[in-house]
Amino acid sequence: MKEIEKPEKGNQIIEEAAQAEYKYGFVTDIETEVIPKGLDEDVVRRISALKGEPEWLLEFRLKAYRHWLTLKAPTWGHVHVPEIDYQDISYYAAPRQKKQGEVKEIDPELKKTFDKLGIPLEEQMRLSGMAVDAVMDSVSVKTTYRERLAELGVIFCSISEAVKDYPDLVRKYLGKVVPYTDNFYAALNSAVFSDGSFVYIPKGVRCPMELSTYFRINAAQTGQFERTLIVADDDAYVSYLEGCTAPMRDENQLHAAIVEIIVEDRAEVKYSTVQNWYPGDKDGKGGIYNLVTKRGLCRGDHSKLSWTQVETGSAITWKYPSCVLKGDHSVGEFYSVALTNNWQEADTGTKMIHLGKNSTSTIVSKGISAGHSQNSYRGMVKIAPKATGCRNFTQCDSLLLSDTSGAHTFPVIEVGNDTSVVEHEATTSKINEDQIFYCNQRGISTEDAVGLIVNGYAKEVMAKLPMEFAVEAQKLLSVSLEGSVG
Amino acid sequence: MNALKQYIDLYDESREAIEQQSPALLNNLRRVAREHLETARLPRKGSEDYEATDLEAVFAHDYGVNVNRLPFDADPAEAFHCDVPNMSTCLYYSSNDAFHSSPTAERNIGQVVVEPFSMAAVDYPELMNAYYGQLARMTDPTVALNTLLVQDGLFIYVPDGVVAERPIQLVNIFNAALDMMVQRRLLIVVGKNASIKLLACDHTQSPDYHYLNNQVVEIVAMQGSTIDYYDMEESTPLTRRVSSIYVDQHEGSNVLIDGITLINGFTRNNYHVEVNGEHAETRLLGMTIASGEQHVDSHTFISHNAPRCHSNEMFKYVLNDSAVGAFAGKILVKPDCPRVEAYQGNRNICGAPTAKMYTKPQLEIYTDDVMCSHGSAVGQLDEDALFYMRTRGIGIDEARRLLMQAFVADVIDGVRLDALKDRLHYLVEKRFAGTLSNCSSCMAACRKN
Repeated sequence: MKEIEKPEKGNQIIEEAAQAEYKYGFVTDIETEVIPKGLDEDVVRRISALKGEPEWLLEFRLKAYRHWLTLKAPTWGHVHVPEIDYQDISYYAAPRQKKQGEVKEIDPELKKTFDKLGIPLEEQMRLSGMAVDAVMDSVSVKTTYRERLAELGVIFCSISEAVKDYPDLVRKYLGKVVPYTDNFYAALNSAVFSDGSFVYIPKGVRCPMELSTYFRINAAQTGQFERTLIVADDDAYVSYLEGCTAPMRDENQLHAAIVEIIVEDRAEVKYSTVQNWYPGDKDGKGGIYNLVTKRGLCRGDHSKLSWTQVETGSAITWKYPSCVLKGDHSVGEFYSVALTNNWQEADTGTKMIHLGKNSTSTIVSKGISAGHSQNSYRGMVKIAPKATGCRNFTQCDSLLLSDTSGAHTFPVIEVGNDTSVVEHEATTSKINEDQIFYCNQRGISTEDAVGLIVNGYAKEVMAKLPMEFAVEAQKLLSVSLEGSVG
Repeated sequence: MNALKQYIDLYDESREAIEQQSPALLNNLRRVAREHLETARLPRKGSEDYEATDLEAVFAHDYGVNVNRLPFDADPAEAFHCDVPNMSTCLYYSSNDAFHSSPTAERNIGQVVVEPFSMAAVDYPELMNAYYGQLARMTDPTVALNTLLVQDGLFIYVPDGVVAERPIQLVNIFNAALDMMVQRRLLIVVGKNASIKLLACDHTQSPDYHYLNNQVVEIVAMQGSTIDYYDMEESTPLTRRVSSIYVDQHEGSNVLIDGITLINGFTRNNYHVEVNGEHAETRLLGMTIASGEQHVDSHTFISHNAPRCHSNEMFKYVLNDSAVGAFAGKILVKPDCPRVEAYQGNRNICGAPTAKMYTKPQLEIYTDDVMCSHGSAVGQLDEDALFYMRTRGIGIDEARRLLMQAFVADVIDGVRLDALKDRLHYLVEKRFAGTLSNCSSCMAACRKN
């Protein structure tokens, strides 16, 4: 386990917080292979060829591409996505790997990048106790601990490798939870997706370590379209973490990912995200457009899927990690903290679709808006007529830190039977001035007081994060709030 | 398919007849309405804010429209008398869309003005010109349709400082031996520091015909005024109603709107409140008891455009059999409107496996110093409470009735007219007991009962 922050480190965190605006904004000078900008069938074929994919996958991509051509970008979100010129983006960028003899070594520059980000790529950093798949731009750079996981039958590798090594498994599950027809960005991703992680936990296996993927956009004028597929077979358990950063650039970059999760009988998947893409500068220039489709299918009885997300980055976030609760007694959870500052816009929430009897779901969403940002919760709880005895509880709170920011809630509830109970409550209010005054009295500056109050406000969600992430997420909240007070 | 087309065609064909039989004032806006309808489409099920409601299907039926204003035989003043105990009201009737006053209406003369548009256009041209069609949004196709075809309406004006002693009661009756659509229209202007209580109840006398009431109500609440508007529907399974109420609130005004649906076929109620003055208070209440195939959809929008105002909404639904309920409410707090308090609640009971509830409570807040919340719940009656009552010898049906009555009681208790409150408790009790017949239930009950 990582060392828990000692009290003396506290000051250091504040110092870091005071200095840092966005500390991951550097660019790695690395040789990158980028295909020319533009998108047509040939580009799709080329991506597929570069990755040496089988025919069925190429077909899947082409079908998705053709379907994408018929779609229009959705406009219902409470975000302002400018017209994106999809021909002005490069759809594939790969850091060139230098091969040294038989052993596939990582480029030292690359390693440095991930070291800077605090991602342990070397297995001697065993103490950190986490298996990591690192994805730079369009390819997976390195996956750690594969052998140890393989002993248990756990497959954890990049999706490109999985297509080669476990084609049957990938073919069986790919696009089953998020079909390419799902939405505009899902269709685009299905056509051009580059890399991502593939996780398969066999029957009865409890994955002994946290699995983690770290996504990094490095190359300019590219988009990142990763695809993650997680399958937990009967009685399996896995906790999966996702983190992401990108360099500071004046241009906007597109990130349109898909995450699909399948949970079988009595299995449990815990998916945690700390999203820290570059949010743009103080004037709203640059930043990542994070337009993501995440969905899990609790297919088995008594299965459980838990989403936890801390969203602090991205110029625009458009993301609704959802659960389709198909199995009887299945459980869906969604815990979210979304913090927006400056000119960020976030429209995030979840869908809980109850199809199985006695399925239950919990939604806790905490929005924090500062600066000129707009923060929306959008959610849906649907109870199918045959899904009797279901239970949902939703709580979404918004905290406003400036009079120029906005906080909005757009929940939809549909109940189709008389044995289910659905509850929703939402509040919006300003940060409590009495609490700030109390802190001030005790010598805590207003900025630190706001950090404390926000962390306390988000605690319910933070408690659901794995330890390593919780510490990072707490720091992140303070850093993201930097400059929002006074 | 475009259900609006038949009405546009009707207007084009009968334009002369429609305009001749209406005050000139109403004709002025028809051209604008016609332009809006040219490109407009009625929302279908699944459209934004119409998750459960298909207006296209509602308007697609072939209804008769009385463009020549032919009189119907029934004289409602003869058929009805008010029997809300202990309440004396000034009673007005509308039979389909023609207004009649009753002898009791004389009581308010000299204070409150209640006139059909045809008279008001002559007596109060300035007020009518200033306010008619100013609040209702033509972007809503049902409002545009009403504006296009409406030939008369009721104008209620309370001059500055006047406190209407007696409530005004307006009984809307459908009575025609054919399928019919009417465009009801109300314009209510309440002057500074004036006060009025208004009861409107919708009834249908002939259960065998399809009726559609496409109604638009505009309410202007001037500085310091108080308005209570109780809107009750008690109709038949074949009656459809699309009602849009638009409210403009000035500084320090206090508006209460209570929508009650006991028996109906299809109902869509829109409430659109613009709070334009500081210290204004808005209270929206709604109660629906639905069974059979009843469909009730309420949509509220409260826009806080000024600081330091207060709004509170509570909508309750009890759904049985295959009834469908829908609620969509939005609270908007605009920038630079600090110290706004806005609360919204929606509580629902699904009492049968086939009953369905759709709810969408929304907040859109652009100012930080506010207190806003919404809550929504869909559930069943408390099993423990039922059990408790049964252990004390109360039968299951009786226990359920008691609990359901208690559930809607706080909406009834929000009524600011004691006599009406008692009457509503009584009606709801009868409604749950299943002994509420269409006729006997109404606040202006039929003589033959």
